[in-house]
Amino acid sequence: MTTTTPRIDKPRGKRRGGVMSSTGLYIATSVAAVLFLIPFYLLIRNSLSTDQEITGSDWQFFPTDIQWSNITEPFDDPTVDFARAMWNSMVVGTLHTVGVLLVCSLAGYGLARIPYKHANKIFYAVLVTLMVPAAVTFVPSFVLVSSLGWVDTYRGLIIPGLFSGFTCFLFRQYFLGFPKELEEAARVDGLGYWGAYWRVVVPNSLNFFAAIATITFINGWNAFLWPLVIGQDPSAWTVQVALSSYMTNQTVNYHLIFMATAISILPLLFVFLFLQRWLVQGIAQTGIKG
Amino acid sequence: MSTTTKLDHAPPAAAKAPKAGPWRGLRGSRTFNFWLFTGPFLAGLLIFVYIPIGWSIYLSFFEARFTVTPEKFVGFDNFREMLSNDDFMGSLVTFTVFAAIIVPTTWALSLGLALLVNRLRFMRAFFRSVFFLPTAVSYVAASLIWKMSIFNGVRFGLANTVLGVFDVGNVAWLANPDPPWYWLVIVTARLWLQCGFYMILFLAALQNIPGELYEAAAIDGAKRGWQTFWYITLPQLRATSTAVILLLLVAAYQAFDEFFNLLERTTWGRPPLVELYYIALGEEQDYGRGSAGAVILTLLICTVTLFQGRIMGFGRGEEAK
Repeated sequence: MTTTTPRIDKPRGKRRGGVMSSTGLYIATSVAAVLFLIPFYLLIRNSLSTDQEITGSDWQFFPTDIQWSNITEPFDDPTVDFARAMWNSMVVGTLHTVGVLLVCSLAGYGLARIPYKHANKIFYAVLVTLMVPAAVTFVPSFVLVSSLGWVDTYRGLIIPGLFSGFTCFLFRQYFLGFPKELEEAARVDGLGYWGAYWRVVVPNSLNFFAAIATITFINGWNAFLWPLVIGQDPSAWTVQVALSSYMTNQTVNYHLIFMATAISILPLLFVFLFLQRWLVQGIAQTGIKG
Repeated sequence: MSTTTKLDHAPPAAAKAPKAGPWRGLRGSRTFNFWLFTGPFLAGLLIFVYIPIGWSIYLSFFEARFTVTPEKFVGFDNFREMLSNDDFMGSLVTFTVFAAIIVPTTWALSLGLALLVNRLRFMRAFFRSVFFLPTAVSYVAASLIWKMSIFNGVRFGLANTVLGVFDVGNVAWLANPDPPWYWLVIVTARLWLQCGFYMILFLAALQNIPGELYEAAAIDGAKRGWQTFWYITLPQLRATSTAVILLLLVAAYQAFDEFFNLLERTTWGRPPLVELYYIALGEEQDYGRGSAGAVILTLLICTVTLFQGRIMGFGRGEEAK
């Protein structure tokens, strides 16, 4: 894509707004940015405050003495096994991501690249599932999973979510655009479809895989409805279900709840900081093209 | 087709010699390879998507309380009951109100943010990250911050503190459906969470608009600002806007997390999925009516999607043929 033309436009026509309008632009953007950051600030502020400072009548924007000891409190809480919930989320999020990438990328490649007479019909069977949002079918899915005896297990939390028609569709679209010559070269050299896929296609698609992996991990970590339905026993709770249970507890321990929430967001903030480039790229590419 | 020149650039890893073995014959077979690649996915799709849907349709015609292998066939009774059930129909009204608010506001706010960020020259990546950051937060965590800190109805809480400065009394944001302040809580939480994502989509689309269009418009005397936005930017964003609206609608339809957590134990503000959750997995465990509700919702969303696709010309992705 050679988009050299806008450059001619930029210094003269478009950018002649002058100091005033550019200042206005930055003021508007900064105000919006502050509004977007306030919830993060409140979360950090409250998680490092005493309950008095959170609920006191003279509410201060900046707390006076910071309680660093709050950091370990969620892990010592006898009512909710927060450490267990974090571990469950780690396991579920990771395995979910690995599984989705493996299963959906293979299927996407098969549908995009391997000629087979019924491939079109099968592709339509995949597309039809996009019409039915997964969340709407949670009742029948739960019925199925419970009759398999998978309630309160990692299997029940992970496996039903692996077969995402949408992710498969995204991979198919991506592989349709993958340069054919590379694979042909590999096959001339004697690799079958399988070998060409693992040695040529995947190593050359790592950016795309990283983008899908980031989005999938975030969705897996943040999922609530399915873990709520499957995790009936507290030992199978993911961190989101644990957070939700704090809100309905009889005794409300404010600083602990906010600290637990802050800790639950941390892994994703790391993912964001390190993988934002792929994430943004991935959303721009896959969200919709055009 | 310059295959010969391209061959020179093949990565060295591909140059390994094939191993001979019993798989040799199968390796060349396209049918075998097709199923090798797609088999696991398709099997899973069959078991975990198609069978539950089918089973759900089956259950919806039976009286199925506390059991998933019912025996009493009741015909369309479950559907009739659901369609005359005030709570279920009320949840559809709740969804309609919710969608009518959240879809246009998210569309406008994310487009607005994209337009702002797109014009920035310095610190553009910084501001983009700030608006995008909430995408990492879960609906549960956001509900918690909103309910316990910002819109806490008791005496503290940011919103009531700010209102207190203007001598306005405390508002019970969530605990009272009249006036329905809970909508403000729910809508702002979702706006905060999802605007960044759609802003990225709009940013990508804005960068794809050819600069010549703006030059041509300037030559034709279009004023910068509103006129260019209305006659060039907006029409050029048509495809993205359509898709964004569709995605927003489907997302609104599936709203569960924030309603469930913010309006715990209330009888108001229940969207369809929350209602279904209580019918099928609450004390009644009524899988028959729950399934009937799921079928009705699925039919509704299919209709809406198709209808909207027709109206807004969502025919671009049809190269699949």
